[in-house]
Amino acid sequence: MRVRWSALFDALLPLIATLAALLIGAIMLLILGANPISGYAALFEGAFGSMNALADTAVKATPLLLVGIGICIAFRSGVINIGGEGQMILGALAATGLGLAFPDLPGIIMIPLVLVVGFVAGGVWGGIPGYLKARFNVNEILSTIMMNAIAVQGMNFLLRDLMIDKLQKGAARIPQTARLSTAYDLPRLVPTRLHLGALIAVILAIGVYFFLWRTTIGYRIRAVGLNSHASRYAGIKVPRYIILSLALSGAFAGLAGAVQVYGVNHFMITDGTAAGFTGSAGFNGIVAALFGQLHPIGTIPASFLFGALLVGANKLQRVTQVPAALITALNGLVVVFVVSSEIWRRKNARRRAIQALEANKAGEPQPAIPVNPQEEEHHVG
Amino acid sequence: MTEQELLPSGHPKIHHLEMKNIVKRFPGVLANDHVHFDIKAGEVHALLGENGAGKSTLMKQLYGLYHPDEGEILFDGKSLRISSPADAIRLGIGMIHQHFMLVDTLTVAENVALGLPSSRGMLTDLDKVTERINELAKLYGLDVRTDALIWQLSVGQQQKVEIIKALYRGAALLILDEPTAVLTPQEVDDFFVILKQMAAEGHSLIFISHKLHEVMAFTDRVTVLRDGKNVGSVQTKDTDKRQLAEMMVGRQLKPAKLLDQSQIGQPRLEIKGISALNDFDSPALNCIDLEIRAGEILGLAGVSGNGQPELAQVIAGLRNETGGTILLDGKDITKATPEELIQIGVAFIPEERNRDGLIREFTVSENIILRDLNSGFYSKKGFLDMPSIAERSKSLVAGYKVKTPSIDTPMKSLSGGNAQKVILARELSRNPKVLIAAQPTRGVDIGATEYIHDMIIQQRSAGTATMLISEDLDEILALSDRIAVIFHGEIMGIVDRADATPEKLGLMMAGERIGEEPEC
Repeated sequence: MRVRWSALFDALLPLIATLAALLIGAIMLLILGANPISGYAALFEGAFGSMNALADTAVKATPLLLVGIGICIAFRSGVINIGGEGQMILGALAATGLGLAFPDLPGIIMIPLVLVVGFVAGGVWGGIPGYLKARFNVNEILSTIMMNAIAVQGMNFLLRDLMIDKLQKGAARIPQTARLSTAYDLPRLVPTRLHLGALIAVILAIGVYFFLWRTTIGYRIRAVGLNSHASRYAGIKVPRYIILSLALSGAFAGLAGAVQVYGVNHFMITDGTAAGFTGSAGFNGIVAALFGQLHPIGTIPASFLFGALLVGANKLQRVTQVPAALITALNGLVVVFVVSSEIWRRKNARRRAIQALEANKAGEPQPAIPVNPQEEEHHVG
Repeated sequence: MTEQELLPSGHPKIHHLEMKNIVKRFPGVLANDHVHFDIKAGEVHALLGENGAGKSTLMKQLYGLYHPDEGEILFDGKSLRISSPADAIRLGIGMIHQHFMLVDTLTVAENVALGLPSSRGMLTDLDKVTERINELAKLYGLDVRTDALIWQLSVGQQQKVEIIKALYRGAALLILDEPTAVLTPQEVDDFFVILKQMAAEGHSLIFISHKLHEVMAFTDRVTVLRDGKNVGSVQTKDTDKRQLAEMMVGRQLKPAKLLDQSQIGQPRLEIKGISALNDFDSPALNCIDLEIRAGEILGLAGVSGNGQPELAQVIAGLRNETGGTILLDGKDITKATPEELIQIGVAFIPEERNRDGLIREFTVSENIILRDLNSGFYSKKGFLDMPSIAERSKSLVAGYKVKTPSIDTPMKSLSGGNAQKVILARELSRNPKVLIAAQPTRGVDIGATEYIHDMIIQQRSAGTATMLISEDLDEILALSDRIAVIFHGEIMGIVDRADATPEKLGLMMAGERIGEEPEC
């Protein structure tokens, strides 16, 4: 009985932590002279209040989920991919370029094709830091970030020049492409803004779970991430798997970029920044993945929650007229609370496991001293 | 307080510490069942017992990590409650853990000062700390450079830093948890000299160990625990290894005997003129010539740091040789990859089990498949074959007597002996042609050691050519058909088991050559 209660508590913990974060947010709202109750009502309403609101939440969650499952692969293999933004951009550029070059093909052929091209382009962009790490031991955190900068400038160049909408030439010269053929729009799932990409993302998340835990390649990726020495001794070619997992991680971000273009925007425009296109999904996807405990299935609800916060926060801002910075702060608070509660839960689980072990084994408990939580959570640090 | 009551470090002695009727329960388990333990100033008292006997639980209560459910702890007759390690340190108790609690990238002085308030408030007082360390080092014969970074130090020197750390905090009584497990034989000797001096000065030392010869050589009294109960407490001079071993395991140990050599066959593994570099690109192996026949165990004796791990790694394909060839059944395998060698039939029990042999976060069954993903047993067309993984894991766990709650238990929950049995199960179930077993019983309790030895001998009967790399001469003498001794990366000679004596091997281990100079 005790065990079941604790399991229930564990399952509800992220929710409790979210509520605690919202409580602090309420205080901030009060200080700004807004009514927190009506503010949060608006947030909830905005995120979940109607079919349209739910669909918008799912649409916002889609790139987070796609980036997030890629992040799961990279982190599981022990490499950190901060290059989601650039990989999204590359995927989007490649997919958009293809769609613009062949405007008259049937959607049934072109849609899969542009998604695959986005996937591949993101994969190449992620694979380059992977190769540099495997071959020259270049720190992937630095190289993926630098690849982001290259991608943004590449996008700015292409949208101002090669890929610019013909109508903009000579006119205002807004750096944007023409609208892609409506035949290529990702099909809507229900009569809302919800598009096929959301479904693809969920299916892929389940697929990545099977990939990591049920295939030999996935097994090797996890082995390399946990212990590269033992992996080498086991005959696993460690560099190959580091390249592969960074490439896969980039590929899912690239797919997120292509889905964003064909599912939501239907053209590309740049304001000169990465976030202008990605909405920072390349970074927020990392948070969603960590939130989902670096598990592809866990990343599904985690992305949905973040999507809800993003969508609901817009409404909250409209209703209460608080500065936009508060919304960012609120998101940050939720992350801090949920991640902290997760660390606390893990410590708790370890304590329970030790007790259970002792009950089983009639003997000496293993850790001589409570283990530093960072030892297990090297991926966070 | 009189002058005699103080230790050289200036702290008071603990004349008599007594743990009385200690009971410690964990859910479903009685870890300590009315245990009694006492130690006097100047005494070296061994606490002996197999894994799970309750020694660590008892000592953790003394160090304030656990609290006894019943019983009391008396300091010079006064009952005191130790509610945390900070309390224990205040009372003059220090603990040296098996795995050192040092920060690699800090200096010796910084490590000693770590966690202590500075005499200058917000500013560091490392100069004062350094001064005090040097003072303690002189008093106790612990020579360490205070400005050296921890990672630059050998394991033996790091242990000295741990001792200084404890002394600096005023330890009168030291709990040493398997302190020699990580040391080379020379370092062990140095270490014992220091400890003996500390005891002579009035420190009380509690020595937790599996190693009977060290207990015999170095302690005054031995208390043996088994299944959480006192088995007995004896003066070391009134007992011997056999009696202690029997007290620990509660059964008669098999005597070491010469093995029947009739089934030794053709040369199987031929190592010809192998040379290699170590991790720092200096020569580690020079022209090693060894031959192991089918059904034979070749013991490779030697003090640690003389090229043993490098040789094992070259054979297993994990290190490039700079010269020479290796043949298996006449076929050249010098350039084979680790993956190919596994398939050819080279099994390897690595010296650093937790680093190279296992993935601690993986489950037991995930570790069982670690080196055999390509064998066809565990996967179909790139997908893991979960039913057959489970089935084979269960049968191997049962067949090799691995004690684990289930095959899905994380490896890190298993004791050292059981972890080693998982490696053994994985490597031997392949029925290998060649087995490289490096320190197969290091840090493993007596019961598991005996079992591992039995399995190696059984594999010998099956025709495997085994290289047993060990620093434990008893182990080498118990198992080997022939014994080679390695020193400074060269083979000093090879002797038959029948002609080998510890004295002869000891001379070779110190660098006396009985064979010819290597030819290359």
